[in-house]
Amino acid sequence: MNTWIPFRTIVVKEIYRFVRIWPQTLLPPAITTTLYFLIFGKLMGDRIGLINGAPYMDYIVPGVILMSVISHAYSNVVSSFYSTKFQRNIEELIVAPVPNWVILLGYVSGGIMRGLLVGTVVGLIAMLFADITIHSIVITLAMAFMTATLFALAGFINAVMAESFDDISIIPNFVLTPLSYLGGVFYSVSMLPGIWKTISMGNPILYMVNAFRYGFIGVSDIDVRLSFLMTGGVILVLALTSLILLRKGTGIKQ
Amino acid sequence: MKALSIRNLKKTYGNGFQALKGIDLDVEAGDFFALLGPNGAGKSTAIGIISSLVNASSGSVSIFGHDLEKERPQAKSCIGLVPQEINFNQFDTVQSILLNQAGYYGTPRKLALQRTEQCLKQMDLWDKRDTVSRRLSGGMKRRVMIARAMVHAPKLLILDEPTAGVDIEIRRSMWKMMEEVNQQGTTIILTTHYLEEAESLCRNIAIIDQGHIVEHSDMKSLLARLNVDHFVLDLAEPMAAAPVLAGFKAEWVSEKVLEVAVPKESGLNELFRQLSEQQIQVLSLKNKTNRLEQLFMDLVDAKNAGGAA
Repeated sequence: MNTWIPFRTIVVKEIYRFVRIWPQTLLPPAITTTLYFLIFGKLMGDRIGLINGAPYMDYIVPGVILMSVISHAYSNVVSSFYSTKFQRNIEELIVAPVPNWVILLGYVSGGIMRGLLVGTVVGLIAMLFADITIHSIVITLAMAFMTATLFALAGFINAVMAESFDDISIIPNFVLTPLSYLGGVFYSVSMLPGIWKTISMGNPILYMVNAFRYGFIGVSDIDVRLSFLMTGGVILVLALTSLILLRKGTGIKQ
Repeated sequence: MKALSIRNLKKTYGNGFQALKGIDLDVEAGDFFALLGPNGAGKSTAIGIISSLVNASSGSVSIFGHDLEKERPQAKSCIGLVPQEINFNQFDTVQSILLNQAGYYGTPRKLALQRTEQCLKQMDLWDKRDTVSRRLSGGMKRRVMIARAMVHAPKLLILDEPTAGVDIEIRRSMWKMMEEVNQQGTTIILTTHYLEEAESLCRNIAIIDQGHIVEHSDMKSLLARLNVDHFVLDLAEPMAAAPVLAGFKAEWVSEKVLEVAVPKESGLNELFRQLSEQQIQVLSLKNKTNRLEQLFMDLVDAKNAGGAA
């Protein structure tokens, strides 16, 4: 069985979907992040001064980029796969001889593409406000890719388990957004008092933001190796969970 | 060569409902096969299992010799499914629906474009290829589903009530298309509630009821078993009650309408002779139901009267 053609078909379909609706998918993050940079970076940043030796604007840029990657990788897969379930055209894929891992890889690749594309757009906007320097291009790109992968997988699981449109908005609104804001995007975890610092260490986004920031400015609150290890581990667990759900036909088959 | 072979297939849903209670079914390659049954009989469950949309509880399904569990990709490659409900992406164009489907089956792009053009032309949809599918009429959407199911050139085409809700003109044009597809060598399994559709198109038939196959034979011999025809007679003069006719069962429907059961061995000549004797003038007559419908009801009623095993 040729698996490349079905994989390419799913990926092209996914890319076409989010490019076709670019005013919903690419424009909003550009506007939102411009406001972030303007308000937090320019207006307030000048009064905050240096954090861990870096100007505040330079400090927040990586986190804001990664926040966009997280949100768009997740929302692309969760909305696309749930719509496919809702319209029942998931049946096209189930009836066809497409292996489960190809279905998963196809949808997750679509999410990664959108996450990285939005991240690039936000990065380009950031260049208007800050002098972007790259400390390690490998760490930057690797962490962006792994973060997009992790949240695309999480979005896939959410879509598989969801039974209504409410179910696909609960996790982004009540879990993802708070974790992103509390993930050290706008501050250093070292600035937090004792108990809050300990609680923050349980937030996985903190690890990804710090490793990604290290790639830009060479500063991190957390050991970068630990960040990569943890992110890779979570990706593995989410990928296996997704494959088990597909094999059982959870939310898809009777 | 068997296009489909099912053995002891059972399905019990999570709520305890036993939809299939161990069915056996064979469909020969090249056949045009009718799978009939009342609502809730188990037809859709059987089709769901054959097309991998429903997990079987036990039993085996083999498609052109490929076991659905052991050789799933090969078995799936042989099938094209036209489901009951519209299930394509309503925001896609007609052409992209077919191209995506061909892609899922591993068809190279160039061949997929050729097959898409061929199938859309066959379904009389080529001029709608760039139309967003939600803008199509109901009949066109049904034809898109048939074209989509055929784009990877399946050996077995499963049509689950493909003409439901379409007008008679479109239905007849779809029958013609289905006959052409079958004549080109594709095996077709058809489920339908329009029994005249099954009678005119299909060569073999299975009737499923309450999770059991209650009939599995060729259409001709099944219809030959029907030894009573029911006719509705329009009378010239009103009658207060049904007349007594030796060898016939007459039923009063209204003042000028009678319904008469005519055994094949008696024939219409004898009926008209007796009616003439009683000076009952008949203006016109018609078959009450189509023949298969009568048989279908008899078989299902007999099963229900006997109690499902």
